[in-house]
Amino acid sequence: MGILYHIGRYFLFLRKVFSKPEKHIMYYKQAIREIENLGINSIGIVAIISLFMGAVITIQTAYNTTSPFLPPYLIGLAARDSILLEFSSTMVALILAGKVGSSISSEIGMMRVTEQIDALEIMGINSASYLVLPKIIAAMLFNPLLTLISMGIGISGGWVVGEFTGIITTEQYLEGIRYAFVPYYITYSLIKTVVFAFVITSISAYNGYYVEGGAIEVGKSSTKAVVFSSVAILMFNLILTQLLLT
Amino acid sequence: MIKLENVSKSFGDKVILDGISVQFERGKTNIIIGPSGSGKTVLLKSVVGLYDIDGGQIIYGDVVFSSLNIGEKREIRKQIGMLFQGGALFDSINVEENVMFPLDMFTEYSIEEKRDRVNFCLKRVKLENANSLFPSELSGGMKKRVAIARAISLNPKYLFCDEPNSGLDPKTSIVIDNLIKEITEEFDITTVVNTHDMNSVMEIGDKVIFIHHGEKAWEGTKDDILHTNHDDLNDFIFASPMSQRLRKFLGR
Repeated sequence: MGILYHIGRYFLFLRKVFSKPEKHIMYYKQAIREIENLGINSIGIVAIISLFMGAVITIQTAYNTTSPFLPPYLIGLAARDSILLEFSSTMVALILAGKVGSSISSEIGMMRVTEQIDALEIMGINSASYLVLPKIIAAMLFNPLLTLISMGIGISGGWVVGEFTGIITTEQYLEGIRYAFVPYYITYSLIKTVVFAFVITSISAYNGYYVEGGAIEVGKSSTKAVVFSSVAILMFNLILTQLLLT
Repeated sequence: MIKLENVSKSFGDKVILDGISVQFERGKTNIIIGPSGSGKTVLLKSVVGLYDIDGGQIIYGDVVFSSLNIGEKREIRKQIGMLFQGGALFDSINVEENVMFPLDMFTEYSIEEKRDRVNFCLKRVKLENANSLFPSELSGGMKKRVAIARAISLNPKYLFCDEPNSGLDPKTSIVIDNLIKEITEEFDITTVVNTHDMNSVMEIGDKVIFIHHGEKAWEGTKDDILHTNHDDLNDFIFASPMSQRLRKFLGR
């Protein structure tokens, strides 16, 4: 079965996901639960990664700008732009593809092999829509907030490491992160985040929804979900960057 | 009443169901029996529309279910309750929420009305005081009883049970069998049970259909089984060493 088969089935799956909900209030409640599961529970990992990411970017930039002709505030500027443009959206999305993507795929996959999805269908419920739509909505709503948190913590991480290692003073770092600030970079990053959230949740859910077999297949679907989501994130990153920044 | 006319289903080149015609009677426990791999589960899942059939018709009352689109099938499915082999309870929510789920989804009852209905259904399956337990805290028999309570919460017209006794001890199996029988008669619903447990057949079977190699090989009542000369059916019934001795004794 080739890639075209999966692409076709993925779009048919999306059509099922986006069909009219049976009862809006149930979907709303489910979306609130998913915001907690997929969003709030990811704040910790996003915060830790962003802190270290900001710190490492700052050290690496300082290491590569040893020329006396380059003003020190450029370290802050480079750290800010790297975090805003790329790391807080793409890097965090890749991490979430691992954490959230595998969780979605294995949860739905287990529901499939234990016939819980069949039980929903027998009740007359559109299982794809009920299980997946709230996850997509929750991730698309909450992930931009995670990105904003990541930006704040990443830039703070750069400042902390700069201050403690002495590679840049607080004043120079602050000057750098204020210098030639382009607010559109944040918009660009948030647009990417929303698209990545959709990619992670829908691809992972697709992989879980069509699992056949038992525990081993659920594990495999979880791995596939992470791999395919990550590749799709990188592809969309390229496309969106081309569309939004040129 | 549910009517099947020449129902066939294949997976790739493998024919699983081959022109099955049968009628499941209302207010009766219709039992499908057959050896493993004979096509019982595929038949049951085809009847409820989880599998699309390749040929023939499935008729609920006077509606040709197999010709409906997915949206129309969902409307009919709201009248169906199903007991799955493993119970298929939603493991992230407790017993009360599991039984309440169809009510939440398809009724406008107040929370008190829903609770009353849930308590009635749980009482009916003799599972009072289990409302706050999660599926992982339940035994196999309790899971089946919760699944029955969930299946009847919306007053279904049709009840399907896939291997209701699998994994249960003989005593619990009898409890589940009797529950199915009582509920069928009490609510006057069409019940279809898929099993290879002959105790269930003799306990609750009003009408018995024997599936062999994807075909309907025999049909009758549980009393007819005792007098049949159908070789495949006799081989199936008297499969265990103990029943083989009984078969010899009966001269069949």
